[in-house]
Amino acid sequence: MLFDFENLNAGDTAWLLASAALVMFMTPGLALFYGGMVRTKNVLAMLMQNFFALGLVSVLWGLIGYSLAFGGDGPLIGNFDFVGLKDVATMYPPDPAGVEWFGLFTFPPVVFAAYQMMFAVITPALITGAIADRMRFSAWVWFLGLWAVIVYTPVAHWVFSPSGWLFERGALDFAGGTVVHINAGIAALAAVLVLGRRRGWPERPMPPHSLPLTLLGTGILWFGWFGFNAGSAGAANGVAGQAFMNTHMAAAAAMLGWLVVERIKSGHATTLGAASGAVAGLVAITPCAGFVGGIAPLIIGAVAGVVCFLAIQLKTRLGYDDSLDVVGVHLVGGLVGSLLLAFFADPAINAAVAEPGIFITDGGTALLVDQLVAVGATLVFSFVLTFVIVKALDVLLPGGVRVPEEDEETGLDLTQHSEVGYSFAER
Amino acid sequence: MKLVVGIIKPFKLDDVKAAVQDFGVQGLTITEVQGFGRQRGHTEVYRGAEYTIDFVPKVKLEILVDDGDALAVAERIMDAARTGKIGDGKVWVVPVDAVYRIRTGEAGTDAL
Repeated sequence: MLFDFENLNAGDTAWLLASAALVMFMTPGLALFYGGMVRTKNVLAMLMQNFFALGLVSVLWGLIGYSLAFGGDGPLIGNFDFVGLKDVATMYPPDPAGVEWFGLFTFPPVVFAAYQMMFAVITPALITGAIADRMRFSAWVWFLGLWAVIVYTPVAHWVFSPSGWLFERGALDFAGGTVVHINAGIAALAAVLVLGRRRGWPERPMPPHSLPLTLLGTGILWFGWFGFNAGSAGAANGVAGQAFMNTHMAAAAAMLGWLVVERIKSGHATTLGAASGAVAGLVAITPCAGFVGGIAPLIIGAVAGVVCFLAIQLKTRLGYDDSLDVVGVHLVGGLVGSLLLAFFADPAINAAVAEPGIFITDGGTALLVDQLVAVGATLVFSFVLTFVIVKALDVLLPGGVRVPEEDEETGLDLTQHSEVGYSFAER
Repeated sequence: MKLVVGIIKPFKLDDVKAAVQDFGVQGLTITEVQGFGRQRGHTEVYRGAEYTIDFVPKVKLEILVDDGDALAVAERIMDAARTGKIGDGKVWVVPVDAVYRIRTGEAGTDAL
């Protein structure tokens, strides 16, 4: 569908460009958030796994990813219309019959492709927190590329493309609760089940080496999240403003929720708790950002802060080494947001809400059913494919996906990258 | 000659240094070390998971002294390093067979 440049709105275009840059900044922010939590000997490897996603996933997005996520009007996956960003300067994907979606956009298609690219970059990067300290870099390169194309693009198509089957069903996901957070969170679980625990976990303490880095990363994530959520309004309008406010409210309430239970259960309000709580709130509000209003973001955030804190305690009980709690924060936070949306989605906030939430006037359970279908489909699809990808790489790659024991003890910085993060003494 | 070795709380280092200098000690060597005694370590909590950190940071000091000064120097260290709370550390004295000053080749007491 040809974009009519007569419809271009400079304000909307400017906001989308700024939002794309904000979302781009989240990936280095995430790198620092995670980087501070690993041990000194693995800090660069963690930063690199994230930062490298900006390289590889961006290239793949330009070559094929955008086309597979948004090309054509099939229900399950895109096509090859936009391979190599062909025609993206002027052409949007077609709207399905009877729906006007891309036709309403007031910014050029290439801006949309750039904005969506930043989501594709950060989503697989979220998984690095689970597999920390034990994956060979070359195995990560393969995994990252395969996952971005095979797992991310179909789910993005289902939910974000107007012809996607979940979009058509009426499931709501404002900025990526299913596509980004549930998708990456369940993939993280599948990956660590294949990869196994870090050597010495949980007997040996592996405390964070630099919480200042983690807090800096959290600040960058929070800042970038305004682009992630408010940018997903696709315009510089009231919905964008609502999404902006909701994003901030949820992060703030979740920080408080997390700290309160943490203080009660383990005696102190910690810096890492404040950071983790804020991120949990940001995750949970992501699917809801432009669909809810009033006090809803505070409730969603506070619930996410409490539930995610409790969810994290599960991993030691169940015995899977999700090193930096991608499951506890992103999967559980994503579930909290995607399901609470079915209670708070409000047509008065956003006309796109066709099925009002349970707590809203004239609301009902129709949306809850759609949300459950969307969540269930993402969980199954992402878990199975991720499990298969990691397993296949472990068999096919010479040396498998895991570093040898000795390299794990020495640390990934030296063995994978031949560098060290910190050298205080002159050498 | 004797070697007086002390393990002390890091924040007491300045007091101990002043006390032994006051006594007339010409030089000392310190190392940042980690260890535990009856004080044991401490616990840290990250996202609700409790870690026991066994080794507490301490400062180790080593002072070469004349035989007759050893016990007095040990006393000075003890007095300066004492807080009365658990974890104050230890001092011990060991015999030294020979000491040389590298620059001049002086040996024994002259090298102190």
